[in-house]
Amino acid sequence: MKEFDPLIFLVVFQEMLGPLLWLLILLAVGGTLAFLRLLIKEKGIVARRLVRAELAGLGGGVLALILMAKVSSSGFTDAGGPADWFLIALVFGMGLIGSAIVVYSFLGWRTPVKR
Amino acid sequence: MTEQREREFAAILKSASAGRRNFLRLGAAGTGALLLPATAARAADKLVSKARIVIAGAGAAGLAAASRLAEQLDGASITLVDGRKEHFYQPGYTLIGAGLKPASYVVSTTAEYVPKGVDWIEERVAEFDPEGNKVVTESGKAIPYDFLLVATGLKLDYAAIPGMEVGEIGKNGLGSVYHSAAAAEATWRSMSDFADKGGIGLFLRPGTEMKCAGAPLKYTFITDDYLRRRGNRGKAELVYNANNKVLFSVPIVSEKVRMLFDDRKVKVNYERILESIDLGKRIAVFKSPIGPVEHPYDFINVIPPMRAPDAVRNSPLPWQEGGWAKDGWIEVDKHSLRHKRFDNVFAVGDVAGVPKGKTAASVKWQVPVAVDHLLARIAGKESTSAYNGYTSCPLITRLGQAMLVEFDYKDNLVPSFPGIIAPLEELWITWVMKTMALKPTYLSMLRGRA
Ligand SMILES: Cc1cc2nc3c(=O)[nH]c(=O)nc-3n(C[C@H](O)[C@H](O)[C@H](O)COP(=O)(O)OP(=O)(O)OC[C@H]3O[C@@H](n4cnc5c(N)ncnc54)[C@H](O)[C@@H]3O)c2cc1C
Repeated sequence: MKEFDPLIFLVVFQEMLGPLLWLLILLAVGGTLAFLRLLIKEKGIVARRLVRAELAGLGGGVLALILMAKVSSSGFTDAGGPADWFLIALVFGMGLIGSAIVVYSFLGWRTPVKR
Repeated sequence: MTEQREREFAAILKSASAGRRNFLRLGAAGTGALLLPATAARAADKLVSKARIVIAGAGAAGLAAASRLAEQLDGASITLVDGRKEHFYQPGYTLIGAGLKPASYVVSTTAEYVPKGVDWIEERVAEFDPEGNKVVTESGKAIPYDFLLVATGLKLDYAAIPGMEVGEIGKNGLGSVYHSAAAAEATWRSMSDFADKGGIGLFLRPGTEMKCAGAPLKYTFITDDYLRRRGNRGKAELVYNANNKVLFSVPIVSEKVRMLFDDRKVKVNYERILESIDLGKRIAVFKSPIGPVEHPYDFINVIPPMRAPDAVRNSPLPWQEGGWAKDGWIEVDKHSLRHKRFDNVFAVGDVAGVPKGKTAASVKWQVPVAVDHLLARIAGKESTSAYNGYTSCPLITRLGQAMLVEFDYKDNLVPSFPGIIAPLEELWITWVMKTMALKPTYLSMLRGRA
């Protein structure tokens, strides 16, 4: 498509997900903010909690891939070229990082560690 | 136009001059304004005009054009004329035929996309009168216009195949994905049955112009994949009948498909056009250079000849000579989509007599061009925007993979994502686009936002 406009992506995602899009964006922004505030409050990363969050993140990544496969009536076993591996990595990565951050903040705000 | 109408027209143009400056800005701001809801388009940026614009046909092209015009005009009368209450997302038919989506996946209503401020007359156009600048509906109502946009799509001419009965789709090995959502679902049942048993599968395309020329190929690949998945490929013979000497009008794509068919053991016959069919005996007769050829089948995907709707064919609008005259495609300039003889008439979508196109993706690029030319005329300007023939088709080559084929009038490949999505490569990402992103993109287009 000539004159491809990145803004179209947002319009398309809005059509695809409806109100869910805003919920996801809210979750992402909210999760990140909560994470940053936690970092400032605790003046650093709590290693033990990070490990647990990362483990949960692995699950989140897999979940994102399963969701994607379901919605697209196909599976990542259909990958046929570099762009596909990139997409798989992207979906997995987003699921991983997203859920890790959310889980880390959630744990942190629920049971703050005393230093 | 009569002299009196010309004077009125001059008055319209005068009242529009205030909007002229803004008109120039519109193009530049158009993309940035995408995210704003239509209602928020700043009134100040609109072109003021009292022009009467009639859009015949409220399908993909008609609705997209109405949305864009409504967003950019202030005071104009915009009227959609179409008797169809349901809206069908036709690119989804293939997914229904593949057993991946229910028929409901493609059905919505016309009403939900008719933009605010646009009138919708729920009737078909029975007569186009470009000399008298009016259209007449089936109930005999005359609707005069200053500008006409014809977007009636095309007619599936099943009646041109003796023996064919659309009521039989889904029975006795007869399939036809094109007919409707329900027929696509019925076709899936026939095809799935065939994939369980094997036999001879016949695939074809009509000898006329057609919408989405990739769809007949896709369905062949999908059937092949189901047979393999069910372990019955060895029991089946798949035959694709091309209407001419190629598999696709773009040479490089045709070659690629030839190689893929070779790889999947799909037999190809060239220059075979379905002439008649015996549904009871399951025999299809093809026209060929060596005379009629009979072909028995256990499953067939019938794709009928396609022509302009009768109201268009019987009007002065079609090409008067050349290959497109017979089937009634409208005589427009292929770059501006403006009629060659009636300069206040445009044709967009499947009904336009241009060399490529006839996909929803082409509609997406045609509509802004035609609208730009129309608005420029109202503003007393000339538009320089041009449609280059962009046509796209995510060509499914197996379940879970597709090739993103995009090309223009010159048969050049014009990839949207060069370096990321290779055009002739079978990829999952392209399949994901087809199954996930295409429908939302299409619906955004109807709303004039993509
Ligand atoms: C099986 C299949 C698969 C496809 N796959 C793809 C794909 O993968 N990608 C892609 O981009 N495109 C695809 N398409 C093509 C795409 O759907 C069409 O090109 C697109 O819908 C054309 O839009 P249109 O507005 O010209 O016609 P339509 O959307 O068909 O709308 C025409 C409208 O005009 C109305 N009309 C007809 N006659 C009259 C009259 N006399 N008066 C008033 N109104 C009238 C009809 O009721 C209808 O509402 C596919 C189509 C089919 C059938």
